[in-house]
Parts: sequence; C-alpha cells; structure tokens
Amino acid sequence: MKATRRHFLELSVAAAATVALGPRRARAQASGPRVVVVGGGFAGASCARALRQADPRIAVMLVEPNATFTACPFSNAVIGGLRELSAQRFTYERVAADGITIARTTATAVDAQGKSVTLADGARLPYDRLVLAPGIDIKWGALPGYDEAAAGQMPHAWRAGEQTLLLRRQLEGMDDGGLVVISAPANPFRCPPGPYERASLIAHFLKTKKPKSKLIVLDAKDAFSKQRLFQAAWAELYPGLLEWVPLSKGGNVTSVHAATSTLVTDFGKHQAKVANVIPPQKAGRIAEAAGVADRSGWCPIDPVTFESKLQAGIHVIGDAAIAGAMPKSAFAANSQAKVCAAAVATLVAGGTPSVPKLINTCYSLVAPDYGISVAGVYQPTGGQLADVPGSGGVSPSDAPREARKAEAVLAEAWFRTITTEAFG
Amino acid sequence: MRSTLAAAIAYVTIAAATVASAEPPAGAAACSGCHPSSARVQSPVVRLVGRDRAEIVKAMQDFRSGARAGTVMDRIAKGFTDAEIQAIAAWYAAQR
Repeated sequence: MKATRRHFLELSVAAAATVALGPRRARAQASGPRVVVVGGGFAGASCARALRQADPRIAVMLVEPNATFTACPFSNAVIGGLRELSAQRFTYERVAADGITIARTTATAVDAQGKSVTLADGARLPYDRLVLAPGIDIKWGALPGYDEAAAGQMPHAWRAGEQTLLLRRQLEGMDDGGLVVISAPANPFRCPPGPYERASLIAHFLKTKKPKSKLIVLDAKDAFSKQRLFQAAWAELYPGLLEWVPLSKGGNVTSVHAATSTLVTDFGKHQAKVANVIPPQKAGRIAEAAGVADRSGWCPIDPVTFESKLQAGIHVIGDAAIAGAMPKSAFAANSQAKVCAAAVATLVAGGTPSVPKLINTCYSLVAPDYGISVAGVYQPTGGQLADVPGSGGVSPSDAPREARKAEAVLAEAWFRTITTEAFG
Repeated sequence: MRSTLAAAIAYVTIAAATVASAEPPAGAAACSGCHPSSARVQSPVVRLVGRDRAEIVKAMQDFRSGARAGTVMDRIAKGFTDAEIQAIAAWYAAQR
C-alpha cells in the first residue's frame, strides 16, 4: 500500500507537464477518492479530464503506454494522401497539466474484488472506481490466414499509426491499373461508416493518380451505415472504379493468403495488388482480463452509469462497450466519457447518478470537399441505450453540392474541437 | 514565485469548485463534441459557453420545428424536450 502510494507520486513527478504542480496536487489528492482510467484514447482522456472537472478532490490516474495518441478519425484522409499522419498525433501534456497522473505503462490485470489494477511492472494501483477505455483489439485468427504477420502484407489500418502509413505506401507504390481490395467485417466493429469512407478516399486517390485502377469492397454485410448517401456519391464521383460486393453477392471473405495477396470468398478468389483487410474485432485486452467482456468479446454496461453488468465498481466506455444503439465512434466515446465521469463523481460522493442523454455525430468524407453525416440522440430505455424516437438520421439525399461542401468543412472543425477537448 | 504558485492553485481550486457545484443537465455535456468549450478552437460552430439563454432556446426550438435549417442540429434537436432545452440553455448561459 505504502509502496503503491510512492509509485503514484513518482509517476506524477515523471509526467513532464506536472513537474511544477504535480507533487503538491498529488498530495492534496491523496486523501480523496481514487479513480483509475485505463486507456488514453477519446474515451479515456475525455473521461479523466471530465472527472477532474466534476470534482477536483478526485485523484485521477490515467494508465496509457503510448506517449502520443494517434487518432483514427481522418486517418482515411492520410491513407488517401490528403493529410499527414502528424496531424493525427496528440500528446498527453495538457491532460497531465489538468492534475491527472499519467502512468506510462500497460495495465495487465484487474482484481475486481480487491479493487486494484496490476501494471506491467507488477505494481498494484488501488482504486475506488475503475474506468476501462481500452478501445479495440483485432480478433486474430477469426479470419483464417489473417494473423499479425499477415497484417504486415495486408494492412488492417484499423488502429491508426504505422498500419495507416503502410497502406498508404502500398497504394502509392502500386502501378496504375492495379486491383485494390478492401474487406469489411460483420457488425459490430469500430467506426461503422469507416470502411466506406476509406473506399471513397482510396477511390479519390486512384481517380486522380492511377485512373486505370479498380477498387472492390468485399463486405460481410448486406447493408451499412449511410449506405444510400455513399452509393449515390460513388455513382456520381467514381463510376466504374469502385465496386461494392455485399454478402448476398459473395462479399463475405472466408480466408486470406498473405503471401499471394489473395482474398477467398464463398464465390471465388480475388488476387489484389493492394489488400486492406478490416478484420473482426473485440474489446481491448484488459476487458477480458478484468472479466467485463462477455462471450461476444464486448462489454455489457448499465446505460446510466456505464458500470459493467459483470463486475461491480468497473465502468467501460468507448468502443469496448456494448452501448445499444450508439455506434463505436470517437464522438460517442467522448459523449459516454462525460456521462460516465459525472456518474462516477456522484457515486464516489455517495450520490445517485441522474439519467443521462447522449449524442453521436459522425461525418464521413466521400471526397475532400464532399461530406455526409449521421447523428443520433440516445437515452436509457429498458436497460439499453436506445434512440430517442423521432430524432437522428443521415444527411438529406437531395442536398445540394454546397451542403456536402459545408459538411466537409464541419467534419474538420469537429475533429479540431473534439481533439482539443480530449487532448488539447 | 511561491505566492504566484499558491495563487494559481487557489484559482484553479475555486474555478474547479464552481464547476463541480453545477452538474450539467441531461444532454448538455454532449454538445461540446462539436460546440467548442475552448476559445482556442477555430470552428464555424458557435461556442455555447456564456451564450444568452433565450438565444440557445430559440435556436433549438427552431431547429426542432424546421423553422431554421441545420446540418445536423435539425436531427439532434428533435431528441430533446422543451424542459431539457431550457435546462441545457440555462446551464450553458451560466458557464464562464
């Protein structure tokens, strides 16, 4: 216990931005409730900051192994050559400056009964409430032939970073006239419109740089997010270049062969020059270790507090959570993070959390100056987060081109706003 | 230096305590996903912090009724009742 507290302080001194105020604050916090947040993405970083804002007496520790966060939203623009990866990267300096202690390490285990998190070096962090925001892990082996080595040949690029750059380099290196294949998974997965935005921006790249090439999307589904808007835009912008093959037409990829860049479906084989395999996913690893993931691989939660339905005292937010009608998006993660923070602050103070309302807004780029969106409002209904009847929906199908342009501008503004709230 | 630091800490503590005393009403926290909390963000989307209460209420009602065209706000406003809109507007109007 004593050693752990010292560990807490050392970590806080180590966090660069807290050198001036850190130790003093850490001492001041030491008597307050302790909340540990695992995972520094949109969900975790937003939640840690919202907790400090809700009640500065709460000692908040954020466990995150990476010094920089690489954002997935807009990473499709990086793949399409419209943006640099540096624009996707954010540090935790300002998060630390809020008085949040950052542990630059991995959480390896959770003792839900004893209320402690075990770190990679064996140290145990005691908590009063734990928030898990681990994002996704790839379900290696779920798609035969697709393992970590295969991802070096056929990138997934579904966690932004080196994988994003690998896919971009492959596209840049491909001869004009090549075949690009994207494999999209069955639901649920991170960022439901993501594969189709990616297809759009790769098609834009091919149209402008390698116009004799072709792009095929092999889909394990017959329907997808913003489908009519995407398909109308594809017909207008990328006719003959982009082909979507749904499940019912043989789109389900049953295995891959990385050495020959081959994707196998029930109906045949596709040999690609560049293959982007977006594989089946599950909640990040710590969810399973903590016992908060169910057999689906995702985490059932209470829709008011985001507390796990499987382990008391542990909350799960963001992509890892089963959030009913809410999609696995950065906006949803941020929205959930703030609701969860308010609930946790109320719970540690002995109160009863109030019933929340949450929002999601997701923009997708079909071309650099062509944006579309989906929005939703959610409330707890029958133990799940459900759409508020009559609200939400997608951009109008008959909107003028000016409106599409405006949504592309709003998409970029959204990215600046949400990354500033989480990291800036 | 020491007194500046102490003053800074006192300021932060008071500011944070002010925020802590007023938990946002249902739905309010989600707005800052698009409406910047920080004045440092460049965005065509208006900041709600400190904005006139009646102005926020009217905007939400007009988006909801269709009197005002929105890109996403028409779809989002339909998810909120009059009472919720009043509470959110009052909360943002009181923020600094």
